[in-house]
Amino acid sequence: MPFAAIFVPNFTLQAIVRCEPELQVQPIAVIEGPPPTYRVIAINRLGEKLGVTRGMTKANAEQFQEIRIRHRSEPQEETAHRALLDAAWSISALVEDAAPDTLLLDLSGLTRLFGTQKEIARRTLARISELGMDVHVAVSANVETARILARALSEPTVVPEGQESRFFETLPVGMLSLSQELADILERWGVTTCKSLASLPVLSLSERVGQEGVRLHAIASGKGNRPLILSEPAHHFEEWFELEDPVDNLEPLSFLLGRLLQQLCTRIAARVLAIRAVHVNFQLQRAFESTAQPAREFFNAKSSLPLYSCSLKLPIPTVDPALLLKLLRLRLQSKPPGAPVHKIHMVAEPDRARTTQGGLFLPASPDPQKLELTIARVAAVVGESNVGSPQLLDTHRPDSYQMQKFSIASVTASVQEQQAETRSGFRFFRPPLPALVQLQGKCPTRVSFQGMQGKVVCASGPWRTSGDWWEDNSWQEDAWDLEIHFPSESPPLQGFYRVSYDVRGEKWYVRGAYD
Amino acid sequence: MHSKSAALRLHVESVLAGRITSPFRLLQIEPPCTVPTGIPALDEATGGLPRGCLTEIYGPPSSGKTSLLQSALATRTANSEVCALVDAQDSFDPWCAQSAGVSLRQLLWIRCKNLDHALRSVDLLLHGGGFGMVAMDLSDTPACLVRQVPLNAWFRLRRTVENTSTILLVLSRESNAKTCASLVLRLERETAAWSLRERSNPSHPRHTPACLFDGWTTTAEVIRSSARRKNLHFFHQSTIQGKARTDLVRFELRSNPLRDDSLNDTLLLLPPRKERTKDPA
Repeated sequence: MPFAAIFVPNFTLQAIVRCEPELQVQPIAVIEGPPPTYRVIAINRLGEKLGVTRGMTKANAEQFQEIRIRHRSEPQEETAHRALLDAAWSISALVEDAAPDTLLLDLSGLTRLFGTQKEIARRTLARISELGMDVHVAVSANVETARILARALSEPTVVPEGQESRFFETLPVGMLSLSQELADILERWGVTTCKSLASLPVLSLSERVGQEGVRLHAIASGKGNRPLILSEPAHHFEEWFELEDPVDNLEPLSFLLGRLLQQLCTRIAARVLAIRAVHVNFQLQRAFESTAQPAREFFNAKSSLPLYSCSLKLPIPTVDPALLLKLLRLRLQSKPPGAPVHKIHMVAEPDRARTTQGGLFLPASPDPQKLELTIARVAAVVGESNVGSPQLLDTHRPDSYQMQKFSIASVTASVQEQQAETRSGFRFFRPPLPALVQLQGKCPTRVSFQGMQGKVVCASGPWRTSGDWWEDNSWQEDAWDLEIHFPSESPPLQGFYRVSYDVRGEKWYVRGAYD
Repeated sequence: MHSKSAALRLHVESVLAGRITSPFRLLQIEPPCTVPTGIPALDEATGGLPRGCLTEIYGPPSSGKTSLLQSALATRTANSEVCALVDAQDSFDPWCAQSAGVSLRQLLWIRCKNLDHALRSVDLLLHGGGFGMVAMDLSDTPACLVRQVPLNAWFRLRRTVENTSTILLVLSRESNAKTCASLVLRLERETAAWSLRERSNPSHPRHTPACLFDGWTTTAEVIRSSARRKNLHFFHQSTIQGKARTDLVRFELRSNPLRDDSLNDTLLLLPPRKERTKDPA
């Protein structure tokens, strides 16, 4: 039963570099601690070459001009760890979450899917590198051996069964994750390598240092094995990004959003899922934060920063980051945050990817993803509430409908019998036009509205409708169908209009025209 | 002389060989595929609405433009096509459209506030593609504003819809697209139909003698039709005073789906709720 171990070296730093790939070729130092006593806790190789060391203060590190300093970000570490789990679950369903920087996988039965153990290790490396992290991978029949060798060796390592002890020969004892007390004891004894630890008699070791020593002896001998403590696959996909300097321009913000979307899409695609909705929360910079203000106001200011939220709901799940970015940009263009953005938190709702086959005899319809983009672009022009398909409401109130989000419904070819006669159309005036109506014997004879004065040629009505009398917004109106002639217009106009008398408001309106 | 022109022709063909095949062969332009409007008399006269072309319908208010639009939308949605309506002045009546047979689930309604929004929306929809019909309703937009739309804008819309299967339908009070439109119809209202006229003893003091508005008759004149271009004999025979005769089609529009004389003594005219909520699809 082979096991694989994935170890992320310098995890704190890699969690930050994952979201800023351009930092990989620059010297970086990660600092932590209460201000102003920040200390360096992680450096990359380029930073070490410059001369920055762990434990150095921030002020000392800033002496090196090329160094890029970042604050430790626990949300980003959490996100990087989840991304690692997603990649691991895409390889094997049996995964142990051993440590934030270490995962253990059971590779039983995967040779038919992915090939030899070497190919599995290579595939695992490739999948995790898509997430922007460099990892060590080791494969062994012994889970503890794999775990330790992944920490020790940078190259992908495959340990043949029965030869575990050979790989431990030159490894220092410190790689076995022993307690400080035991480390001191072994140092006093002169036991510095795993080989020397494995050569000690087990009974004597157990009498002097207890069960921990026995366990470490077994591991150093390449025999210590244990079952995996499996972790449940989670369907929680989120990404964080904290900016050193707040961003107030859409272009650089789009660049960052694109990166986060790419990460989310890669993670979700690895789990054979798609994104159904994306929720983005922007933590905004407080107004006048950068300018000087009285100390009293500064300390009285609330600690919570203003938030701006933006959501995208897709009719059909997708893993196309370019499409999601375009939709997000259109949304932000129509409703910008209103303040510089300090932090970005993005959450994706997963769903099964849609698999449909179009019918051969159905007429072509818009591509769902392209349609979503088109609707978003149109909404950016006319407003989101003015685009959609109308849904009729169950009421007699005139002009009652609501707009619902348009989506291509399941279309089936239908045969509709042709209507025997053509129905006349009606056009609403929104809002209804106020009108002055002259009555003769309770029948309209003259109507004027919108600067036009007309004579009523024929009238039909009144037709009373009312409703919602049990509500506060009850209504009651008398409707007339009028044929009106406007002789003073050039050229003279004649048309059919619906004119209503609002009984409650005691006003006349022109509701619309027949056309 | 004939040999000279033949030699010249050969020379031109040899020079253009590899770049233009058969430069002297006239290209046969395929007539556009047409679809019915839902009004048989109109389909017979025009051949239907052409796909991949701009169709313009214009006329004064209450001439039947909206009725024609709803009929066309009903036939397209019945054919399971997705349609879009760009409503320049937000005047579309969903209830009336549904009773005319339009499937509202397949209709994308864009409610604009001005002409600029309408033109941009149409452009975006045509570039998005996939729609069976895109209709731009400018009937309530003041004619003076629509006249200000430059001709190249109409030409651009025509070029965008070309080589697609989308019908671009424009409704307005005047003809603006000119030669950019492959089919131009002018509608004119004729007589109105009122029922229950001139009753000597109205049953209720609140009722008028002419009680029901039944509809009206509309005349559609085919001003321009690219489908009729080949019918040269038609134009030759019917030239009157230097003007080519155009086709006139007359059809009736009915406003009330139900006619019930027992409604004489009732006040409610609107069709029953179940009739209005019935989904024609």
